[in-house]
Order: sequence, then C-alpha cells, then structure tokens
Amino acid sequence: MKEIYLDNSATTKVSQEAAKLAYELMTENYGNPSSLHEKGLQAQLSVEKARKQIANTLNCDENCIFFTSGGTESNNTAVLGGADAAKRRGNKVVTTAFEHSSVMESFKELEKRGMETVYVLPDKKGEISAKALADAVDENTVLISFMLINNEIGTLIPFDEAVKAIRKKNPKVLIHCDAVQAFGKIQINLKKTDIDLLSVSSHKIHGPKGMGALYIKKGVRITPLIYGGEQQKKIRPGTESTPLICAFGLAAETAMRELKSGEEHLKELCAYFDREVKKRQGIVINSPENGTVYIRNISVPGYRSEIMLHGLENMGVYVSSGSACAKGEKSHVLKSMGLKNDIIDSALRVSFSKYSTMEEVKGFFEALDSCMNKIIKVK
Amino acid sequence: MKEVILIKNGEIALKGLNRSTFEEILIKNLKRRLNGSGRFKISRAQSTIYCEPFDESCDLDEAAEKISKVFGIAAFTRACVAEKDWNDIKSKAVPYLKNILEDAKTFKVEAKRSDKNFSMKSPEICMEMGGELLEAYPHLSVDVHSPDVTVIIEIRDFGAYIHAKQEDGAGGIPVGSGGRAALLTSGGIDSPVAGWMMAKRGLEITAIHFAAPPYTSERAKLKVITLCEKMSEYCGRIKLIVVPFTEIQENIREKCPEEYFTIIMRRYMMKIAEKIAQNEKCKALITGESLGQVASQTLGALACTDIACEMPVLRPLIGMDKEEIIRISRKIDTFETSILPYEDCCTVFTPKHPKTKPRLNDVLHAEEAFDASEMIETCVNNVEVINIG
Repeated sequence: MKEIYLDNSATTKVSQEAAKLAYELMTENYGNPSSLHEKGLQAQLSVEKARKQIANTLNCDENCIFFTSGGTESNNTAVLGGADAAKRRGNKVVTTAFEHSSVMESFKELEKRGMETVYVLPDKKGEISAKALADAVDENTVLISFMLINNEIGTLIPFDEAVKAIRKKNPKVLIHCDAVQAFGKIQINLKKTDIDLLSVSSHKIHGPKGMGALYIKKGVRITPLIYGGEQQKKIRPGTESTPLICAFGLAAETAMRELKSGEEHLKELCAYFDREVKKRQGIVINSPENGTVYIRNISVPGYRSEIMLHGLENMGVYVSSGSACAKGEKSHVLKSMGLKNDIIDSALRVSFSKYSTMEEVKGFFEALDSCMNKIIKVK
Repeated sequence: MKEVILIKNGEIALKGLNRSTFEEILIKNLKRRLNGSGRFKISRAQSTIYCEPFDESCDLDEAAEKISKVFGIAAFTRACVAEKDWNDIKSKAVPYLKNILEDAKTFKVEAKRSDKNFSMKSPEICMEMGGELLEAYPHLSVDVHSPDVTVIIEIRDFGAYIHAKQEDGAGGIPVGSGGRAALLTSGGIDSPVAGWMMAKRGLEITAIHFAAPPYTSERAKLKVITLCEKMSEYCGRIKLIVVPFTEIQENIREKCPEEYFTIIMRRYMMKIAEKIAQNEKCKALITGESLGQVASQTLGALACTDIACEMPVLRPLIGMDKEEIIRISRKIDTFETSILPYEDCCTVFTPKHPKTKPRLNDVLHAEEAFDASEMIETCVNNVEVINIG
C-alpha cells in the first residue's frame, strides 16, 4: 500500500538536504556558537548564515530574526512579551476567534493578568476583512495578533491592507502576525508591510520540528519569556540549536526559491480537488473560496471525522480532523464560523505540500469513496 | 544499619481459621509486586509481615511505594533493626531518627514489648529512650498528647525495631483471595475505578475491551492498555481481552431503532463478556455503571442489560456521584488517561434521544431485527489477548 500523506499543515517530511545539513552540524561542525575558539566561530557563522536565509525570505534585516523552539514559543513570546512591554500604554488586546491555540491560550493568560481581550469573529464564509480587524482596535489597544493563513480552513487574511488600516486607527499598537502556515507559501515583504512581530516555524516547510523564529522589528521592545545567557541579545537565551537552525535556514531558502512554481502546481491540484468534491453528493467545502491552495477543509455529514480519518488511514491515506495541536477536541475555528454541529463533527482537513501529486489527490478520492461505501453513517 | 519494612495486616486479622490462607496470598502478592526492586525476604510472625532486603541492590523507597498499593495491608512502616540489647537499641535509634527528628518540634516515645522476657518494661523503655533523644536533639520537647513525631520501639521475638513514621496501607483484602471477575473496560473514567474497587475486595481482574475499528482507533486501544497498566499497580497482573465488535455494532446501527441502540449494544456486550468470562474462569462481571449517570444507566435500562446474562454483575459505583468517582480516579492516576478524547465503542453511534425508560419487551422485539448468534461466536473466537503487569 502506497502512503498518501495529505496532512502537511500538521507537519511535513524533512527534505533530504535539510536532514543532511543537520547531521553535519551534529557530527562535524558541532561547536557551541558562543565558544571563543575556531570550532565555536564556525558554528556561529553557520547560525548567522541561517539567520540571513530566514531574513531574506521575509525581506528584513537579519538582526531582527530570533530563533525559538517553534511556532508556539514564537507566538507566546510575541503576545505575552509584547503585551507586557506595552502595558503602560493601555489595557486592551485584540485577536481573532480562529487563531491557533498558542495564541488563544496566550490571550487567556493575558485575560487572567487583567487585560481586556477582544476576539474578532470570522464571517460565515470563514473570512475576516481588514476593516473588521481595524474596527476592533481603539486608542486603548496595545497589541493585535492575527494569523496570515488560518491553519484549519486556509483563510487568507488581506494582511497588507489590514496592517495599513490598523496603523491608521492607532499608529502605536503592536501588530503581531502568526505566519506559521503562510511562511514559504506566500510572499511576505516586511519592508513593505509594517508588521512589528511575526512568527514562523520550520517543520511546516520541510524543515525539522522544534525550530522556529520570531521577527521583532527594530526598535520594538518585548519582555523575554526565558532568562539566561547572552545569546540572541538576551531576548531568547540558551545555546542555539545549530543543527535545527541551519536545516531551517536551508528549508526556508528552498521554500522561497520554489514558492512560485509550487503555487502554480497547487492551483492546479486544488482546482482538481474542488471539481472532484462537486462531483460527489453529500460533501461540502468549509474553506473560503479565495483561501490558500495549500489547505482544503471539507465535511462529509454523517461520517464523524475521527472515524473517517481512521478509515482513510487503513487505506494508507493520512489527513486530519482539524488542528493536530487540538488532539481531537472540537474545532473552535469551525465553531467560530457558526457552522452546524454535523458539519463540525465530520470535518476533514486535507493539506498539501508543493511535493503533493495529482496521483495522491486521486488516491484520496478513491479512498474517500470506498470509506463512504463501507463505513456506516451516524444518524 | 539494617532497615526493613514492617507490614501490618488489615482486615485479614479478623479472619478466623482462614487467616493463614489470606496471609499466604498476601505474601505471594507482595513477592510478585516487589519483583524488580531487588531481592527481599518476606516472612510473617506475630501478625506482622517482615520485608527484609537481602543486599544493597534493594531499593527500599521503591519497595515502600509499591507496598502502599498492595491490598490487604492496613499500615506499614520502615524500621531500623537492632539487637535486643539496650545499648545497641539506643546507639542505633539516635542516628536513624536524625532526619525526622530534626524537622520536628515535639515528640513522644511508645514501646511495644511483645517479648516479655526483655529486661526493661515498657514505661522504662519510653523514659530511657526519651532521655537519649532529648540529649541528642536538644531542640525537641516532649508532648505526649499531640506530638509531631511518635517514636516506636518494638521488642519482638527476633529483634528490636525502631521506627517513627507509620503509613496507611491500601486497605481491603488481598487480590486473589476472592476469585476472579471480568471487568468491562471502555476507556472512560468509571471502569478503572470499578476494577480498583473490586480488586480491593480481593478479586483478580480480567479486563474485556470492545474495539470497533475503524470506528475506534489504535489510540483508543493503547489508552485502555495504559489504564490497565495503571490499574495493575493495585490489582496485580491483568489479562486484557480485546473483542472485535465492529460487525455487531454495524448491524445494530443499520437494523435496530435508534433509540434502543445503546441498550442493545450493551446487552450484546454483556452476552459476549459472559462467554469470555466463563472461558477465563471468572465468576462475575464488573461494570462501572452508576445509577442515573447516562440514559443507559437508569434503573429501567440496567434491568434490560442485567437480564442479558446469568452471571452476577457487580456494579461497585452504582451509588456514587461522578465527583466521588473522579476523586478515586485521580488517586489511582487513571483520570488524565481516561479523559483523552478518542472515540470508544460506547461513543460511536450514540442516539440523539435514547430511551431512558425502556420496556424489556420492546427491547427484545427490537433486538430480533437480526440474528447475532454467529457474530457473537466470531467475537469470542477472535479476541486479542494482552497480558499486563
């Protein structure tokens, strides 16, 4: 049985080159970047090269890139650290109702610390407009956090427009963007878009897990979450994980190089996917029409997500029932869209990578048809 | 300095002529449970079980932790062993009690002199030892009513024992002294607690789990295995029997009226469990049902499922509130595993409006929709067996 992996928003396979580079950094160039000797210098140069690679993909200054343990840490640092540093300016923080749990839970923590939190709801189609975000911001708002691409349904937030509208409303507000699902898949130009804080992750773009980065605009102050040595300007101390950092840098560079061709390829794949869905009765698409081509969220009412997922898995097809970070809990994203329970309970997220093939999508539908025949519907 | 663990029997002491049978089972259980923590000599005398390490490799901390989970024990304590000689006793007591007395403000000494040939009488032992300890730890003062620490000196047949920190045992009677029963285990909060409660009353547990792939997943099964592992710290070895239940569930879903779905499913579970239980020499079934908790656990529903098998069905949680059940599941550390959100055979196909007051005749009629006798045989003959603990 051939494996068909269509859960690339949960994680991706690490590319051979990135894995090879990490291995090299573990076994040969294994120095501590802070060591004063030659071995340390070599490691430091490798880390700085990776920092530059990440900065290039975002078109920003490499001194603004801080490596973290991944998307969750980047989001926590940005939201908690940003709000803390800015708390003297006001008491209000804004986000959307369909953020990743690492932002949601950070906001709940801010609520506990006495801040007023505002959650902007998506509309029925799963979209949030630039205006809706800007409207939620007032002179008392110190931080707004929103994702560029939603991880479950693939909504693309018009971020450039949103940032401009927010700045107009309150030029001082800290703007944080969770770009974990967007990084390496759409153009993000930080010279052009005035974002203060931006989170990215390595394992969504064929890099290793346990690695991510936070962009902090020059002049923006945040309170660190972690205290320790002098590394990374004390914003994120701790010995740098050189193998993961360098593999991430390489993965990011590759992602940027292949961004255009990947998008072309996925447009085709996605169009085929949508046509196949429409051919079948009883399947609905929950993703907004002009969302990312990397994610398709569908529901097959009557077939519970978890059951369908295991049915597909038995045929070698891997998809997810929502965010992997929720470990099977009901999707707050679909709830925030106001969808009915039978749609939420039967949602499946199919997520592609630029290496996904037409064959795989065909295989997915074959397996789906077979499951719909074999598995008995829940009333 | 030689240290041992002294174990006091609980309820067993009240068993008349059967007492030694119970004690033998308890000792056998202890030996098996302490396996892996080093070599111990376990013996009994004067209604106490002695647990003596053979050599340095024995991990007494780990052994004490394990002993605290063995049913049939009222209390246990770590004790220092001395010759039945006053000089030896006092020279060992002072350093042995150092840690506990340094943290205390008040203390008292009690003596238990079961060897009446020992030259000093109990009050004399208390006074002398009190004096020794006060001299060694001058920050202490004596309080005979509510001391921080009670130091106990036991003069027994084979030696003298000094200890100061008796701990409660798990209570109950030894696992295996009451026979064997089969626990229906879904993976939820209730069944591990039910199993724990019946093991506490001396039953050995065989666990039966119904799996219905692809409606239930590999993770749901692993969850049940983890729960059995946690239970086995108290219940001893558990044989987990996994029943392939998909075919019957699909037939019920397709052919029976929705409002009876859960009750009919539970009736089949009882029938299959009874057959497996008979093969496994179990004398009863155990379920985690609690009256009124869900629609299938109302009195009417229980009457319908109860009659599906002839074997007695033990329902130790029947009169307990959910909060009380959760408290025990936290204590035995199964709660966090139980609440993992994977589909299990009881949550697949739950009807929207189940019958809370089903009539048996209606249920029996609904059940006639298909003939399950062959499917039941297939279930019983195709189980997967996993030995745990």
